[in-house]
Amino acid sequence: MFSIDFRQIGIVAGKEFWDRIRNRWVLAVAVVFTVFALVIAYFGAAQQGTVGFHSIDVTIASLVSLVIYLIPLIALILGFDAIVGERERGSLDLLLTLPITRKELILGKYAGLAGALAFSTIAGFGAVGVILSPQLDLNALFHYAGFMASAILLGFAFLSLAVMLSVFAGDRTRASGMAIGTWFFFVLVFDLLILGALVVTAGDYGGAVFPYLLLLNPADVFRVLNVFSLDEVRTLYGLATVFPEALSHPATLGGVMLAWIAGPLMVAIWRFER
Amino acid sequence: MASTIVEARGVTKDFGSIQAVKGVDLSIAAGELFGLIGHNGAGKSTLFKMMLGLIPVTRGEIRLDGESVTGPRFRDTRRKIGYLPENVVLYDNLTGIETLYFFADLKAVPRGQCAALLEKVGLGHAAGRRVREYSKGMRQRLGFAQALLGTPRLLFLDEPTTGLDPGAIRDFYRILRELRDEGVTMVLTSHILAEIQERVDRLAIMEGGTIRATGTVQSLREAMNLPLTLEIAGGAGLREQVARVLEGIAIDGIDDSGHSLHIRLPREAKMPALARLATLGETLRDLHVREPSLEDVFFGYRT
Repeated sequence: MFSIDFRQIGIVAGKEFWDRIRNRWVLAVAVVFTVFALVIAYFGAAQQGTVGFHSIDVTIASLVSLVIYLIPLIALILGFDAIVGERERGSLDLLLTLPITRKELILGKYAGLAGALAFSTIAGFGAVGVILSPQLDLNALFHYAGFMASAILLGFAFLSLAVMLSVFAGDRTRASGMAIGTWFFFVLVFDLLILGALVVTAGDYGGAVFPYLLLLNPADVFRVLNVFSLDEVRTLYGLATVFPEALSHPATLGGVMLAWIAGPLMVAIWRFER
Repeated sequence: MASTIVEARGVTKDFGSIQAVKGVDLSIAAGELFGLIGHNGAGKSTLFKMMLGLIPVTRGEIRLDGESVTGPRFRDTRRKIGYLPENVVLYDNLTGIETLYFFADLKAVPRGQCAALLEKVGLGHAAGRRVREYSKGMRQRLGFAQALLGTPRLLFLDEPTTGLDPGAIRDFYRILRELRDEGVTMVLTSHILAEIQERVDRLAIMEGGTIRATGTVQSLREAMNLPLTLEIAGGAGLREQVARVLEGIAIDGIDDSGHSLHIRLPREAKMPALARLATLGETLRDLHVREPSLEDVFFGYRT
C-alpha cells in the first residue's frame, strides 16, 4: 500500500479551491447565503404581521429550513463531476500517470471543494452575523456560530456523497442525474417515507426506532442538531418529548455527521482504487 | 547493446469475454524512438495504458526501467515518465503557464522550467493566455510541454501530432530527435503511417491484440518482400527500349503514367534491372527507386 503524500493532496486541493475563487463560484454562493439570511432575519415573521429582527432562535429555525434545501443542492452541484469530469476530459489518465495515488487525488479534490464550500458558508452567513451582532448577546452569537458550523458539516456530508457519485458514474450526464436523485431522496422523499411509516403503523409498532432512523439522513441530523440545541425552538416545534435524550446531545449528532462525511468518501476511495 | 527500458512479457488483457491484448512480448531499448502502429481497436491504446500502469494486466508482466508497473516502487518510476494522452483536454480556466505550474508541482519539478518549456514548444507568446482561447494545435503543444516537465527519461506519446499543421509536425519531430540525442526513450502511436515511417528507429505493427511484426521500417519491408517500383523518365520510344533491355528479368509489370514509367519488380531483381537500364544511356533522363511505403507494409501484414 502506498503511503499518503500530503503535499500532493495540497496541490490538487489548492487548484480546486482557487478555481472556485477565480470563477467567482465562492462569491456567488456567499452572496446567495447573505441575501437569503438577511431576508429571513428581517422578514421571517412577516406572516405574524411584524417585520424586523426578533430573536436569534427563531431566525435560526427559519434558516435551518432554508439551508436544508440549499446546501445539499449546492454541495451536490459542486462535487458531482469531481472525478467523472476529469475522466470525460481525458485528463484523469494524465493525472494518474503522475506521482500521485488515486487516494491522494480524491482527498485533494474533496479538500479543495470542501474548502471552497466552507469559505462561502462562513463568508455568506458570517456577513449576516456581523450585521446582526449589535442585537445579539454572547449566547445568541454562540448559537449562531453553532448553526454555521453545522451548516458547514451538512455541506461536507453532501459533498462527500457527490464525490462518491462522481466515482461511480460512467459519464457526467449520469452523474448529474444521480446527484439530483440524491437530493430528492434525502431532502424530500426520506422524511415523507418516515412520516408515512409512522402513520401506517399508527405509532404502535417500533415507534422508538423512528428517531434513530433520522440518523440515516444527514439533512435530518442537521435539523435535529439545530432544533434541539435551542430552547425556544424546541418549544416551537413541540417535539422535544418524543426525542430520546441520548440523541439530542450535540456531540453524538456531530459524530454521526462526521460519519456521514467520512463514509461516502471512504467508499469513493475504495471504488476508485479498484 | 543498449539496456532495455520497456519490457513486456506475455501481456494479456481481458475485458470480460473480449481479449483486447493477447500475449504481447515487446522490448524497447533505452534511447530508442519507437512507433506503435495499428488501426483503431488493434489494442495499442490498451497496451499503452497497461505500460503506464493505468489499467492492470490480466496476465503477464510489464517492467519500466526494471520496475514492475504494478509494484510498490512504481511511484518513483513515474517521476521519470512523461505522458501525452490522445485528445487530452486540459483545464480551460488556467493559463498556459499555470497549467504547467500545476503539473510541475505534482511532479515535484521546479516551476522555473515551465517558461523555457513553453518557448521550446512554441507557446512562449501565449503563456499568459487562458487555455480556452488556445487552438487545437496549441493545446496539443501545451500537452507536449507538460509531458516534457522534469526531463523525463521515458516519453509515451499517444497520437502526438493530432491537430498540428505540417510546420508544427516538423518542429515536433525536431524536438524528438533532440531528446533522443539526450538519451530519452520515446514510444509513440500514430495512424498516419507516412508521417512516422522515416522518423522512428523501430516500430511494431499491432493487429487484433497481437504484435504482428517488430523491426525497422526497412527490415519489415524486406521481411514482407514487397515489390519495389522503379520510376523512370526519358525520350521517345522509352517503353519499347525498356521492355527490350529488361527481357529475361522477372518483373511484375510496367505502368505508363504519361510522362514516366513505373516498373514494379521484386527486391532481388533491383540491381540486375538497374545495370541493364544503365545501358540505355541518353534515352534515360531520370530514375527513382521507390521503396514500398509503411502503409504497404502495414496492409501487407494485415492481410
